[in-house]
Amino acid sequence: MEITVKAAEALRLTAEEFELIKQKLGRTPNFTELCTFSAMWSEHCSYKNSIKWLKTLPRDGGRMLVAAGEENAGLMDMGNGFGVVFKIESHNHPSAIEPFQGAATGVGGIQRDIFTMGARPIASLNSLRFGNLKDQKTQRLLAGVVHGIGHYGNCFGVPTVGGEVYFEDCYHTNPLVNAMSVGIVKIGKTISATAEGLGNPVFFVGSATGKDGIGGASFASANITEESTEELPAVQVGDPFQEKKLLEACLEVIETGAVVGMQDMGAAGIICSTAEMSAKGGVGMRIDLDKVPTRQKNMKAWELLLSESQERMLIVVEKGKEAAVLAVFDKWDLPCSEIGEVTNDGLLNFYMHGELEASVPAYELVLGGGAPQYTREYSEPAYFEKIKAFDMNAIADVTDLKAVTEQIIQIPNIASKRWVYVQYDSMVGAANTSTNAPSDAAIVMAKGTGKALAMTVDCNSKYVFANPYVGGMIAVAEAARNIVCSGAEPIGVTNCLNFGNPYNPEVYYQFVKAVTGMGDACRKFNTPVTGGNVSFYNQHPEGAVYPTPTIGMVGIMDDFSTRMTLDYKQAGDQILLIGAQQNDIASSEYLHKLKGVEYSPAPYFELEEEFAVQHFVAAIIREKHIQSAHDISEGGLIVTLIEKGFNQNLGFDVAATTNLRTDAYWLGESQSRVVVTCSPQEVAAIQQKAADANIPLTVLGTVTTGNIALNGADWGNISSWKEKYDTAIEKIIAGA
Amino acid sequence: MKFGIVVFPGSNCDRDMQDALQNDLNKEVIMLWHKDEDLSMFTTDDYIVLPGGFSFGDYLRCGAIARFSPMMQSVIAFANKGGKVLGVCNGFQVLCESGLLPGTLLPNGNQQFVCKNVYIKNDSLPKALKIPIAHGDGRYYADDKVLNELEANNQIIFRYTDEFGNLDLSANPNGAIRNIAGICNKERTVFGMMPHPERATTPNLGNLDGVEVFRLFGMN
Repeated sequence: MEITVKAAEALRLTAEEFELIKQKLGRTPNFTELCTFSAMWSEHCSYKNSIKWLKTLPRDGGRMLVAAGEENAGLMDMGNGFGVVFKIESHNHPSAIEPFQGAATGVGGIQRDIFTMGARPIASLNSLRFGNLKDQKTQRLLAGVVHGIGHYGNCFGVPTVGGEVYFEDCYHTNPLVNAMSVGIVKIGKTISATAEGLGNPVFFVGSATGKDGIGGASFASANITEESTEELPAVQVGDPFQEKKLLEACLEVIETGAVVGMQDMGAAGIICSTAEMSAKGGVGMRIDLDKVPTRQKNMKAWELLLSESQERMLIVVEKGKEAAVLAVFDKWDLPCSEIGEVTNDGLLNFYMHGELEASVPAYELVLGGGAPQYTREYSEPAYFEKIKAFDMNAIADVTDLKAVTEQIIQIPNIASKRWVYVQYDSMVGAANTSTNAPSDAAIVMAKGTGKALAMTVDCNSKYVFANPYVGGMIAVAEAARNIVCSGAEPIGVTNCLNFGNPYNPEVYYQFVKAVTGMGDACRKFNTPVTGGNVSFYNQHPEGAVYPTPTIGMVGIMDDFSTRMTLDYKQAGDQILLIGAQQNDIASSEYLHKLKGVEYSPAPYFELEEEFAVQHFVAAIIREKHIQSAHDISEGGLIVTLIEKGFNQNLGFDVAATTNLRTDAYWLGESQSRVVVTCSPQEVAAIQQKAADANIPLTVLGTVTTGNIALNGADWGNISSWKEKYDTAIEKIIAGA
Repeated sequence: MKFGIVVFPGSNCDRDMQDALQNDLNKEVIMLWHKDEDLSMFTTDDYIVLPGGFSFGDYLRCGAIARFSPMMQSVIAFANKGGKVLGVCNGFQVLCESGLLPGTLLPNGNQQFVCKNVYIKNDSLPKALKIPIAHGDGRYYADDKVLNELEANNQIIFRYTDEFGNLDLSANPNGAIRNIAGICNKERTVFGMMPHPERATTPNLGNLDGVEVFRLFGMN
């Protein structure tokens, strides 16, 4: 078959990229080789349209033990000889097509990234975004995604300890499914995704390879020139039981000391794992593709190379130590085949039945090697004009705050996500301390290390849409605030950057500005970005999703006695607001959902002010002045006050005299505010500390045994508010 | 008293059970691999525990494959000699599949996996215990004859209640018949329950009611 630029374009390579490939090879590639470049130079594997800006993020320093992107996941020093490994990844497109398997394999993929490095996953989180919950399609997607996450995670046996779920119209066609995993490893026991040692055997472990997910990284809906591709399932099928066995076996096999390097097979399957491991070690590989166990007959070389069948690992073993490795996989009844060996010429030579099918230099395929990197144009989005035109004075202030608050706490973005999270095993591992004592971030004991970890995922994409730079900063700031309010120290970030089409200059503007904002905030909080992924093309004919740079953040808790929870502890405690109130309703749920205002600026945010507030909250937690801390986010101050009552059925009696608008005071979402409680005796000391640190502080009122009173008006008992909050989503799904 | 915990492929609460017994209750624990058969280190004073999880993926009926594993043949023989056995969640399912306990565990009434704290109680307890559940197939079922026998012999060891200990259908998380959360055999040597006591034995988790459950089984 003559390979022309047309074939390349059908494989989603550009004419320039095809020329580049010919130049790098010194000849025209055959079809199989072209497929390898198509997969490896896809946006998903090469980061060709994003890497330029990703490099502006703080990507080392702090507790980082490997630089960002160097390994399958970030690795940071926990102290006491242990490391924490974490990463977030998207599975948006598969989940849009087949929500159950799409979400399930998303969970599976991120777990493999963690245990590939030799770490045992101890907790999962996820960030989900859908269209309007009242829409049948959204309900079907939500049910499928939640079922898929539960199906995989529950069986695999890692607790889902936190997450977020948002419903916005822009996600109707393009739901977002971002999954994060956190694991623990003994420093010195980590395994690198590298190939080394001439003649070392290469083993293929796990599920047999089928035609599922071929081209997941690049083809999507392109018309591939080979026959029968229309019948290929676009989405992979997950087998959590197989993955559970892989986890245990991989951790056991590392103990044999025979493993040189290991990488899981995710996007772009065999070609990606062989290319990345070889390029990293500066070696090549000879691979006999016919030795790869298959579940379908007559698979072609390119199909074997690109298949994204799940639950597979590539392991380079020290020659002579094969028996020890085979014994472990035999114990776990996992198929394990020697499929090739490490060579020293830098070439990936793929054979089928002794015939050379493809010969490509590993280096030329990978990010940081021969893969192209592009500088894209960007321009300020036209909709910014509408945002600039927003006039708060045109919005009538609330008159019946209680009635509005009843509506607010039943907005699906604010209401309890109970319908979702009860379907996840949140307690397996017996280490999730937040079940019985909730905090703003999940607190998970890292058994055996003497420490606990705080973890959270955050992004209010409406803020990023309103102002990508500020919204990007807020996403990081909120994550850090959640960890600080839980009594832990933020140490690092993993990010999942979900955007529209990067070739659209307005989308790319959102990307550039959001990344810049994230970077500035990460530098301020000393939370370097350890890795993550980029998901472009979350776009449909009517437009793109809100720019959604989801932040996964991990914090460390050296001493569990500093753990802080969010709920009221006892009647009589004093309620204090830390941080300044603003005359601001911009981008609030109130403005957007109840007033129907689509375009308004990002809420008030000043990075220095945020940092000072967090620093202050951390200090009063450390010095044991306070009993609870809960930050103000969606829904504003009133929602925070109510949420603090739910866990122990306690109410509050608060009053405020203010010149601000009523809606701004109670429902505004200006940033850098935290509500804490303390015993009456502590108030003076906290006030003094706040004055010394120049932190605004307001005494709002008192915790009650259950009744809620606001400016003297009786708002009823907390239990009736809890009932509304808990059941709002369930009622919509039930069609009530 | 020694404890043996059977590890099936797909068990995922085996380490939690080990932690609870070894570190929180200070017991001697031996992990047992499903392919092995040797239980000679145990006497009938000792306890074999079948942990929660998804043995063999539970792609068939839950516990249906695990019960054929070599170690289960030894556990069945051990139980038949009067040795004590506890099955939690998937372990309970395995015990029912093995015939060591009567009845079966069906998919939850709402067809969804459920994980949350629930309350369970029996007549010997002054108050309900708060214990977590996490299962998709926890709806206990048996025919009336079996159920009446269980009642007559006092073999229903836990029922789902509200937090005050009231038998209440709305407190039943999975539709289990007669609110049954756990049962034992007539000889009171083999125990099975869906809730996870091993998730409630560590002070930092804020719930120690699991310790009470282990005490009821004579394990602590």
